[in-house]
Amino acid sequence: MRVAAPLFPAAAALGASFGVLARTAHLDAVAAVVMSATTFAGSAQVAAVSVLGGGGGVAAAVAAALLLNARYAPIGISVAQSFRGGLVKRFAQAQLVVDESWALAGGGSSRFDRRTMLGVGATLWVGWVGGTAAGALAGEVVGDPSGFGLDGAFAALFLALLVAQLTDRTRIAAALAGAAISALLIPVAPAGVPIVAASVAVLVGWRRA
Amino acid sequence: MSPAWVAVLAVGAGTFALKAVGPVGVSGRRLPERLESLLELLAPAILAALVVTETFGDGRALSLDARLLGVAFGLVAVVLRAPLWAVVLAGACGTALFRLVS
Repeated sequence: MRVAAPLFPAAAALGASFGVLARTAHLDAVAAVVMSATTFAGSAQVAAVSVLGGGGGVAAAVAAALLLNARYAPIGISVAQSFRGGLVKRFAQAQLVVDESWALAGGGSSRFDRRTMLGVGATLWVGWVGGTAAGALAGEVVGDPSGFGLDGAFAALFLALLVAQLTDRTRIAAALAGAAISALLIPVAPAGVPIVAASVAVLVGWRRA
Repeated sequence: MSPAWVAVLAVGAGTFALKAVGPVGVSGRRLPERLESLLELLAPAILAALVVTETFGDGRALSLDARLLGVAFGLVAVVLRAPLWAVVLAGACGTALFRLVS
């Protein structure tokens, strides 16, 4: 548990900012909390909220969020062998796999520790859902969020999440291509489409794969 | 059901399924290496598109406005290795500050 404790306030604080940001997409407090409890993945949730708030349709919002969560298929497969028990148990425990719990439990190595993953995942989940509830309720008290610069907050948050991803040249190339695709499409395509279309940028990795 | 609720439930169900692929559906196999390395690039590509859209997108136009100062504040926070919630706060403050003085 010692490894998980410092993550609790961080998850709660970020959950609270998601709860506030969710209001810009007209998600009420209950919807924001349900989303945090079920999706439990910050970047995907903020992406869905930002596409909806920007006037994109439900399909574009869902596609953008699920593309961001597509990484959980290979991540889950990489640790599949350490899961034991019946179908329902494995399904439930699989939901606690998030980037941080996977990494802290030694994901990607042969020493993956499922118990550490479950402890960190559960700690993060409680902080994330509780923080979302607090942020969403605070947002409802404060009222219309458009005056607080929350649109700029979205951009800053995505920038921070992006920088953490830029660990090698291929990833930087994919980011630049994704940025270019979306910038070119914004003037001509409906809201949300430029974000989903940016997934084509993964093809920069084709030759190097 | 409102569009927001449809999105909440669809993203939740889709994420359940994506996370379950490995622990429930696969035992001891891996994705083809090539597919795995392309999937890894989805996050930087989509996050970069989200940065562009949230910073410059204004309906079907690109615009330079208060959000740019928010992003600049956010970038400073990122460079200073601030936690994510502080980056969010810096972005909101920068954007609000620009609107206040302009």
